Amino acid sequence: MLTIEGLSKTYADGTRALDGIDLSVPQAEIVALIGGSGCGKTTLLRLVAGLDRASAGRIQLDGEGIASPHPGVGLVFQEPRLLPWLSVADNVGFGLAELPKAERAARVSHALERVGLSEHAGRWPRELSGGQQQRVSIARAFVANPRVLLLDEPFSALDAFTRKDLHGHLLALWEEVRPTILIVTHDVGEAVALADRAVVMRPKPGRLDDTIPLPLPRPRNPTSAQTEAATRKILAALDKSLRPKQSVSDIAEPQNANWW
Amino acid sequence: MTAPTLAPQVEISAPPSGGPALTQPRARLAAGGRVALSLLLPLALAIGWELAVRTGFAQGRLMPPPSQIGATLYALAASGDLWLHVQATLVRVALGFAFGATAGIAVGALTGTLPLARHLLDPTLQALRAVPSLAWVPLFILWLGILETPKVTLIAVGVFFPVYIGVAGAIASVDRKLVEVGRIFRLSKTALARRILLPAILPATLVALRTGLGLGFLFVVAAELMGASEGLGYLLVDGQQFSKADQILAAIIAFACLGKLADALLVALTRPLTRWQDTARETL
Ligand SMILES: Nc1ncnc2c1ncn2[C@@H]1O[C@H](COP(=O)(O)OP(=O)(O)O)[C@@H](O)[C@H]1O
Ligand SMILES: [Mg+2]
Repeated sequence: MLTIEGLSKTYADGTRALDGIDLSVPQAEIVALIGGSGCGKTTLLRLVAGLDRASAGRIQLDGEGIASPHPGVGLVFQEPRLLPWLSVADNVGFGLAELPKAERAARVSHALERVGLSEHAGRWPRELSGGQQQRVSIARAFVANPRVLLLDEPFSALDAFTRKDLHGHLLALWEEVRPTILIVTHDVGEAVALADRAVVMRPKPGRLDDTIPLPLPRPRNPTSAQTEAATRKILAALDKSLRPKQSVSDIAEPQNANWW
Repeated sequence: MTAPTLAPQVEISAPPSGGPALTQPRARLAAGGRVALSLLLPLALAIGWELAVRTGFAQGRLMPPPSQIGATLYALAASGDLWLHVQATLVRVALGFAFGATAGIAVGALTGTLPLARHLLDPTLQALRAVPSLAWVPLFILWLGILETPKVTLIAVGVFFPVYIGVAGAIASVDRKLVEVGRIFRLSKTALARRILLPAILPATLVALRTGLGLGFLFVVAAELMGASEGLGYLLVDGQQFSKADQILAAIIAFACLGKLADALLVALTRPLTRWQDTARETL
């Protein structure tokens, strides 16, 4: 169980990237975070990954606080970020340096098989396509068996075909160890294809705006009526999140508070 | 999976088996053609000059024909003198390069990683770098005499700066994104330095070392011109004093060969460490 309570992040320059985020995600749930750019999605993932420090609030994984990188949490960056001086196999095994060589090799080759890159194990990252590189980076995160896997717009730079293919690979890996997955996306179709729940964020400061449950059976059919209904729901929520919130206090306070 | 023999402490994958398709017959032929083409001009000039001197069109006193230079070189080699001078020059370059490069790497690593060291040392070093290295010669002679020490010191100073600048710059420009990959996997400070920093700065460091080696040869000439009883530079001075143009040219050719060989050796020794880079940079 991943629990986030009252999480806020204000950057040194005063940018309020996140303000009072509350979210709990049970083990093995896939949550899609959707929102326009600048609403703090990357910031949220970096905090959960322990790369940055929160200004307030706390993050717990199965009751254990997270303030620095944690062995139970893996992160797939928006770019593949492979180490160019390591072969594909060595990149996948990068986080397994502690393991005995034979076990590491076995886990690496299994993960490579899972993402369909077995025959590329000995190649350099630069010899792979963008989609293949991103698969390597997903394998690198998975091979460490994280309890929580964070993915920051991992497929946004890829074409629709490759993306669909990678959704398949991701779900196959997820089926195997069933980690909690938090995936950031700005593609509504991607959220509907993968997630059990979509969380819509709104900017300035970054907050969670709305949650849309996606209780659709897997494997999902992108053209079924259920999927289309879910897509419409998320689009409506996104639309609402992009308009400024007209809450009662907002209307009452700013103009009239200082009338005296 | 990693290459244990080539890089005991640096973690770099061995070149993938089944090498690149670069050395196919056609590519090799084209490369051979390019070499032949590049030799055309110097060969034509040499043959032309040789003929001009032989037929009496030109005098060979100040610019001896290739055959005479070759004969001088051969005579020097046969008497064992050439080897003596080459050895003296090589020892100086090797010592100066070793000291200069070691200091450059050490200080560069220090200022690259510790902000305090950077603020403390870098401004002074940058100011010293602005001094043309040859300007130190009189001072070095005054302090260190005229024997080997000032020569090696001068070469070391010449080698130090490009290596220092290269290493410090390489560390400063290490991709923060790759460092974060290390942080995600909770690498310790030393593991981070060994597994990410070191491989990342290696290519730029090797380029800096090559530049340093080239400057080492530049400065050994200067050092030997300022007074030496042996070394290729001595052959230059001696040739000038006694109007032996063929000896000067023989020494220049020896310098060119030595410099090229030393550079090729450095590249060959370090090639396995930078195999992973784009081939475009391997032809550098
Ligand atoms: N290191 C930083 N320093 C200052 N402001 C930042 C930094 N990183 C992000 N921000 C700001 O925080 C807000 C949220 O950014 P980010 O989390 O990257 O959004 P998203 O990933 O949703 O596009 C933006 O306004 C951005 O400009
Ligand atoms: Mg982002």
